[in-house]
Amino acid sequence: MWVIYVGMTLTEKILARGANKRKVEPGEIVVVDVDIAMSHDSTTPLAIKPFYRISNKVFDKNKIVIFFDHIVPPPNIDASILHRKIRKFIEEQGLVNVHWEGVCHQVLAEKYVKPGYIVIGADSHTCTLGALGAFATGVGSTDIAAIYATGKCWLRVPETYRINILGRIPKGVYAKDIILKIIGELKADGAVYKSIEFHGNVVKEFSVSSRLTLTNMVVEMGAMNGIIEPDEKTLRYTGYKGVLLKSDGDAEYEEIFEFNVDGTSPQVACPHNVDNVKSIEEVEGIEIDQAFIGTCTNGRVEDIAVAVRILDGRRVNRSVRMIVTPASNKVYLECLRRGYIEKLMEAGAIITNPGCGPCLGRHEGVLAPGEICISTSNRNFMGRMGSPEAKIFLASPATVAASAIEGKITDPRRYL
Amino acid sequence: MRIWKFGDNINTDYITPGRYNLTTDEKRLAKIVFKEYRPEFAEKVRPGDIIVAGKNFGCGSSRETAALALKAAGIKLIIAKSFSRIFFRNAVNIGLPVIICEEADKIEEKDVLEIDFRKGLIRIVNRNIILKCSSLPDFILNIINEGGLINYIKKHGGFKI
Repeated sequence: MWVIYVGMTLTEKILARGANKRKVEPGEIVVVDVDIAMSHDSTTPLAIKPFYRISNKVFDKNKIVIFFDHIVPPPNIDASILHRKIRKFIEEQGLVNVHWEGVCHQVLAEKYVKPGYIVIGADSHTCTLGALGAFATGVGSTDIAAIYATGKCWLRVPETYRINILGRIPKGVYAKDIILKIIGELKADGAVYKSIEFHGNVVKEFSVSSRLTLTNMVVEMGAMNGIIEPDEKTLRYTGYKGVLLKSDGDAEYEEIFEFNVDGTSPQVACPHNVDNVKSIEEVEGIEIDQAFIGTCTNGRVEDIAVAVRILDGRRVNRSVRMIVTPASNKVYLECLRRGYIEKLMEAGAIITNPGCGPCLGRHEGVLAPGEICISTSNRNFMGRMGSPEAKIFLASPATVAASAIEGKITDPRRYL
Repeated sequence: MRIWKFGDNINTDYITPGRYNLTTDEKRLAKIVFKEYRPEFAEKVRPGDIIVAGKNFGCGSSRETAALALKAAGIKLIIAKSFSRIFFRNAVNIGLPVIICEEADKIEEKDVLEIDFRKGLIRIVNRNIILKCSSLPDFILNIINEGGLINYIKKHGGFKI
């Protein structure tokens, strides 16, 4: 049963419900019941020992989801050993929600998360799920071990920043460009521990896929969660039929920002920080060695569709290794049905199995010293995708696809 | 004791790069800490050393290997102008003390520090300067004092706020 209280943000309402309180306020520490707890092949291994120190049985196997996505299938023995540890834990605990079929956040969005849920994942980009009107945030392995044992997590209720995104989206500009522009202005520590609530006509007009791109990257400003009020699109996507919570008209925001997208150019985050954001005009012409489309930021059907629109009937430049990693099996199968995969292959792209792909530098496209990659992922830290002497530029799928054709960073508007 | 100074926005990919942290073995993690960002660190760090950093220390990924590798390498305290939320939780959860001090950049590598956790003060002994730190909620101090979240839960049978 949902009860609506006065004067709270959506995040505060969800946390109050989870803490079984009438009202919560920013700064307060609460203990909440977790609806979905998640860990993956990078963070589960360090959760197992702490878990067994306080419990021998998980709190609710239906609320726990385990993913193999960061390094799947394992390309070396170290990774296989970690996977074996996790598989043993799954077996011992009789866990049922186990996935090998894509990036955790994408599969959680497709199969598990509903508006109003509290989702805690042992991955920093768990904030992605806030696009569905859930409270979703990342923690580490010990926290997730404690949740697997108790079903509970302590949280400090965050202050909320409201970001209104207004105007008419120009040609060649997508959710990725908009969130990069916001990060470039607020900076990497601009929202540490804050909740970011997105509003405005642009957010309303966005598909669920584009909304997931927005909330995915709030952690790159240090935010605890990003959240978007659920609407009919959210209901359709999640199949949820319950009451939809929204922020109250008199909810308190620590700050309100307005971003008008009129006249915005495609944006690119330059090495080696996500907040080092420039307009495409400033970086055009930089030669690239690798182009990557995928990840929890931009590995969905909508993203691959844009790339196909640009690459259809054209060829990836001979000097470029182009990698496309669908974010999930569901995405992959839909792209197959629509003929996208065939077109990408004909253009010369390498298609990999769903998962995190080369995003974190472990396999499937590791960069050599001096190599330059343009990627739809969310982090361009030095050494992230391979050699610390490589460079990573972050951009939208359209910009990456256009750049793959020309072999240098390219304004996608010429191909649209 | 040595102080290791770092700048702003030191991310977890610098602390434990994704390509090397494929292990839960603390000894192996201690050897890869800052492997590329500051290659001499893992070799020269000694038990009891302190990290003093700028804003948003530990930003990026949720990998707990970052906090664990620093602890395993012998780091006994991290002082920063601010921490990323997840790194802060991870450090507290494994009992690695962290202090938020807005004036952290006044500390130099050759300084000798005296720290009063209860009062939230750092004294730079050799220059007789006192820096004020942010106070942490009792709930979080209790987790640090118990040596981490798991010890805390074992002792209290759950969360006590």
